[in-house]
Amino acid sequence: MSVDHFDEAGAAVQAALDAGARYADARVMLRRTETMSARDGAVEDLSSDESAGIGVRALVGSSWGFYAVPDLSDAAARAAGRRAAQIAAASALVPGPAIDLVPAGAGTASWASPCEIDPLSVPLSTKGDLLVAATAAARDAGADLAEGIYQIWDTRKWFASSDGHRIDQHIRECGAGITASAYGDGEIQRRSWPSHRGQYGTRGWELVDELALTDNAARMADEARALLTAPLCPSEETTLILGGEQLALQIHESVGHAIELDRILGWEAAFAGTSWLDLAQLGSLRYGSELMNITIDPTIPGALGSFGYDDEGSPATKRDAVRNGIWVGVLAGRDSAAMAGLDYAGSVRSDGWARLPMVRMTNVGLEPGPHTLDEIIAATDDGVLMDINRSWSIDDRRLNFQFGCEIGWEIKNGKRGRMLRNPTYTGIGPKFWQSMDMLSSETVAWGTPNCGKGQPGQIGHTGHPAAPARFTNVRVGVRG
Amino acid sequence: MSTPVTAELDLAGRTVELTRRLAGAGAEAEVVAAHSAEALTRFANSAIHQNVADATTTVHLRLHLDGRTASGSTTVTDAGGLQSLVERTIAAARLSPPDPAWPGLTPPTPLPPDAGYDDTTAAASPQERAARVRDFVQAAGGLETAGFCRTAYASGAFANTAGQSAHGRSAEAAMDGIARDAGADGVARRASGSLADIDGAALGARAAAKARAAGPAIELPPGRYEVVLEPTAVADLLSNLAMFGFNGKAYAQHQSFAELGAQQFDQSITIADEPLGATLPFDMEGTPRTTLLLVEDGVTRAVSHDRTSAAEAQTSSTGHASPASRSWGPIAANLRLAPGPLTNAVPEPSTGPTASSARALVAGMRRGLLITDLWYTRVLDQKSLVVTGLTRNGVWLVENGEVTAAVSNMRFTQSYPQALGPGAVLGVGAEAVAMPDRWSGVRYTAPALHLASWNITGNASG
Repeated sequence: MSVDHFDEAGAAVQAALDAGARYADARVMLRRTETMSARDGAVEDLSSDESAGIGVRALVGSSWGFYAVPDLSDAAARAAGRRAAQIAAASALVPGPAIDLVPAGAGTASWASPCEIDPLSVPLSTKGDLLVAATAAARDAGADLAEGIYQIWDTRKWFASSDGHRIDQHIRECGAGITASAYGDGEIQRRSWPSHRGQYGTRGWELVDELALTDNAARMADEARALLTAPLCPSEETTLILGGEQLALQIHESVGHAIELDRILGWEAAFAGTSWLDLAQLGSLRYGSELMNITIDPTIPGALGSFGYDDEGSPATKRDAVRNGIWVGVLAGRDSAAMAGLDYAGSVRSDGWARLPMVRMTNVGLEPGPHTLDEIIAATDDGVLMDINRSWSIDDRRLNFQFGCEIGWEIKNGKRGRMLRNPTYTGIGPKFWQSMDMLSSETVAWGTPNCGKGQPGQIGHTGHPAAPARFTNVRVGVRG
Repeated sequence: MSTPVTAELDLAGRTVELTRRLAGAGAEAEVVAAHSAEALTRFANSAIHQNVADATTTVHLRLHLDGRTASGSTTVTDAGGLQSLVERTIAAARLSPPDPAWPGLTPPTPLPPDAGYDDTTAAASPQERAARVRDFVQAAGGLETAGFCRTAYASGAFANTAGQSAHGRSAEAAMDGIARDAGADGVARRASGSLADIDGAALGARAAAKARAAGPAIELPPGRYEVVLEPTAVADLLSNLAMFGFNGKAYAQHQSFAELGAQQFDQSITIADEPLGATLPFDMEGTPRTTLLLVEDGVTRAVSHDRTSAAEAQTSSTGHASPASRSWGPIAANLRLAPGPLTNAVPEPSTGPTASSARALVAGMRRGLLITDLWYTRVLDQKSLVVTGLTRNGVWLVENGEVTAAVSNMRFTQSYPQALGPGAVLGVGAEAVAMPDRWSGVRYTAPALHLASWNITGNASG
């Protein structure tokens, strides 16, 4: 990289220290984003955005302060450092317990995500033609509304801290998806490919090329129209088979957020919520069945939650969150880990230079099992198969959930039967996970590009390796 | 900290001129230069644990050139940054497919009188926010507390090649917090244009009163219940109605329940979008914002439009364009549900679970639930606006007009328009309360509501 911004980040850190901080860090970030959406064979919106700035975090006594500006001059960086320390000093009016930071492995490093085809270098006409063709194909096949979208993020960041970090990273992310909707009498059915908001990763445009959007467009339209006359998902307690895409969101909502240490410590109590997990039970609590092995792994090449270093300078490291059904790990930051008496961090990120880094999911996924989806279906006498998320809701302790899927199928005597419309299921997290009795090996690292958390709000990018799985005695068919 | 709006006017004007110069006289361009300064002091476990502020100026450009459209933005506002923005957007427009839905630019249109803003709030210090947090914590009387105090300031200017120009400023203050007693949470939240209106002690006392009134919670079976929704819960109804029902794009695409002129709500329901004073007085297309009556005495009168959805629906923009409105639709962000007739003024109680806006309604409920807040609401079916979510921050059983027991949180699955439909609203509180959203500039104002039926589909057991 020809130009770096370590000088500005370092100046901000030094200014915060000079103003009384006992620790400070700063991130300079340059980000370009590009988003295009299409509808019914025509481009609907195209936006290309650029953002650059510096965010400074200062620890004064036991209080944090953060300030950010979109100005990368030396003077602005120093002023931001001083302001962050002043804000931290004001926090001391309502002080908390003493704050320590677990070590983050100080040093100089550089990291870039894998990228074969730079997505911003692909001609707009090529990208537009893809969305136009895919949505036109869905429309031609009978969709009443066909929509498509791609999104690209190209982020360069320079991190410096008073612990000696000097880390730069270049992370390129992109992804795309299409949705076909069919209108019936008072209701709308939709089918999305490959996921309800598309598939995303820390990869180049080759990811989008692999999605085969146009090839799947007509099938989405056909299925959306067929759903209009399909029977309703029955309301009953039954065996539930989830496709990998839906299971990825199940993991995100009922495991990923629950193991965020800031939630467990009560730091999100008023907004995102807390967690049903109690640190006293770390290492002993049964979260799920023996088949349940969840990892926190930001090192997966190309997954959306991957990075080289988190936004506190901790190197990406794979850890267990649940092993053989027992809860053994959390997503942590340097201060929350110290407060909890843990010796690892590595899961703190912000969604831009203007926002405070906080505990976020990286790639939180389910290790593969021994079966295939076909084997799971063949082993099921009576049940429902659901896939592709349509709605999600979970309580503030991450226990009571309800999900809706775009499509379901009846499973009878080991065969996939009739299509079912408006499939939903509900349950309580640990009871649900303990009922998992079959798990496929067909893992995909699904990307979630819209994870909301924090005040002011931040949008996180997370990854969730998941494969189809079977759960017993699940309540399905919840309706209004 | 507030800055002169002349800086944004200059930026917008320079960007329009640069676009004209580089793209040619035939280009249609619109520019918004917006400065925002948001500061948020956040507390948990009764201590300030996150305390942040940022000040950002962003220039947005939308360009229509030779029948093709593209938009872009930048926070790099020096000459090089603006040049890059314009060149990038021109290149994007030239490579884009044709845009047959381009609605044209807003012609020169006068803005409504300036609603003004509170400069003191715009310049509020971290010490002033921390003092309100201290007051909230102290008023909770030893209960664990969490929440935030926020101040925000925005100034912005609009210019386009059709000659429309506009500028304005706004400020906002908000506080939202909970108190916790043995696992039970109580909440209080307020929004205002002035930080002076935010009384941390009063909010802390109210949150604590609710938490203390929770006590041991019983579990009730799923089923349909009569309910009183406190203003904090009603705000969620307004948010979802705005996003999915009164959304002009959803309406134009037949994905909304809205039917203009139809009696879709109880006649006690009147809803308007009232953006003036809460946000900038113009939208991203330069259309002046004004009060928009959405529902009048239960009759759906309007939906929110930007120029694109308005053209599709063969009507006029209502001033709801945003950077994302062509994709996600124009969404009203300052809904106000009109309160019921004023009875005797009731001061906010210092004890007990019931907010003042809900007390008369609770007194008239034979058997039902008093619900404080709704949480994690998601749409199951957009057309009928069937929503699932959970209760939060306090639920109580009411029998013969009296609160008789705390109830554990429950899941509901409910069509919002149906819950507010003709004959379904048994009472509207006399006091409308202004409440903040998670995003600054978004505000909901609502009284409590007494509804005949609310579909509870799950309890703490699943």
